[in-house]
Amino acid sequence: MKTCLVVDDSRVVRKVARKILEELEFACDEAEDGKQAMDHCMVTMPDAILLDWNMPVMNGIEFLRALRQMTHGAEPKVVLCTTENDLNHIQEALSAGANEYIMKPFDSDIIQNKFEQVGLL
Amino acid sequence: MQADNFEVLQKLLKQRSGLVVSPEKAYLLESRLMPVARKWSVKGLDELVALVRAKRDEKLLQDITEAMTTNESSFFRDTRPFDQFKSVVLPQLMEQRASRRHLRIWCAAASTGQEPYSLAMVLHEERVRMNGWRVEILGTDLSTEVLDKARDGVYSQFEIQRGLPITYLVKYFRQDGDKWLLSPEIRQMVDYRPFNLLEDPTALGRFDIVFLRNVLIYFDRPDKASILGRVAKLMPSDGVLYLGGAETVFGISDRFKPVEGQRGIYQPTSDAEPSSAGRQAAAF
Ligand SMILES: C[S@@+](CC[C@H](N)C(=O)[O-])C[C@H]1O[C@@H](n2cnc3c(N)ncnc32)[C@H](O)[C@@H]1O
Repeated sequence: MKTCLVVDDSRVVRKVARKILEELEFACDEAEDGKQAMDHCMVTMPDAILLDWNMPVMNGIEFLRALRQMTHGAEPKVVLCTTENDLNHIQEALSAGANEYIMKPFDSDIIQNKFEQVGLL
Repeated sequence: MQADNFEVLQKLLKQRSGLVVSPEKAYLLESRLMPVARKWSVKGLDELVALVRAKRDEKLLQDITEAMTTNESSFFRDTRPFDQFKSVVLPQLMEQRASRRHLRIWCAAASTGQEPYSLAMVLHEERVRMNGWRVEILGTDLSTEVLDKARDGVYSQFEIQRGLPITYLVKYFRQDGDKWLLSPEIRQMVDYRPFNLLEDPTALGRFDIVFLRNVLIYFDRPDKASILGRVAKLMPSDGVLYLGGAETVFGISDRFKPVEGQRGIYQPTSDAEPSSAGRQAAAF
């Protein structure tokens, strides 16, 4: 079973995402911000990360840049999932090392589609 | 709606677009034709049919036919056919057409353009290898409304999130508020014109690749068979036909055979005419 870390400061969003991902047969873990996500990745590197942008403590892009510097940090497929929906943000995320990008609101179809595109399904 | 009025609509749709509306699907008529009724200032579907009977107005018949089409589409729909196009079909055809350097592609139910534009983006990515090639992409559809939208190349966030890889979005689209505008360099790779699959397509010319995806499902078996027969006539024997995920030629037409080892794609059976490139090659 593949693993996915859901990083979002909203409990509701984490819950919805977890439900969708579990239906796609991912084992899910959750983190509330970039800092918690770092701690998680230092212990176990997930196969996939569904990542919010705006979070307290360490935001999604800061986390992503730090992740890509870590040993094995290049391995997880990272899908941004955020309300930031303009081209500049998307470009910034891609250059920070994101594999795909979802603009909220999202649904199970979009998540499935994007996970397929990056080769996770 | 009165039963005889349902039959009038059923016959009209079958005749004009091939669409089969079974009595269980009568509710679809209600939901899709009420806006047409309003447009023509009548109260309901019975009154709409009365208008059809009284006027036989071409514009009214067209409105009814177009309103009943299902135009759902998405970029890189089902992913696999487009991967297969890029990694198998295109390289092979490039080899077979190496001397002519000319490819013609037909999206025969192009809807709002996502399918032809997906192909155009794939081809654009290959432009270095295809330097010196002439590639034509023709998108046709029965509905002129969807073709207008296709030509505009303007899509919503919802539409660009379905199937379009983010790298293609960044490369080929510009943002305008909540709309996404396809770049002119991709738009100009595709020509659009109205065409009804029930008609003879000979005037469209010959095609190396035909996408006939997610449209045969609406037709009855005789219509499917005759459409496939007419399409086969436009294709060289090494041409490739793409059908939708739920569609097949099996038990419908023997004018196409499946391509071995490749799901969802078909080639004309050998009684179809060979390509001029094929003839040339044979002459050497
Ligand atoms: C579901 S869409 C398929 C779009 C695209 N090929 C895809 O797979 O995403 C079906 C399209 O077929 C068109 N159509 C239906 N009947 C037709 C006919 N008789 N001739 C040409 N187009 C037709 C509809 O207008 C609609 O845009």
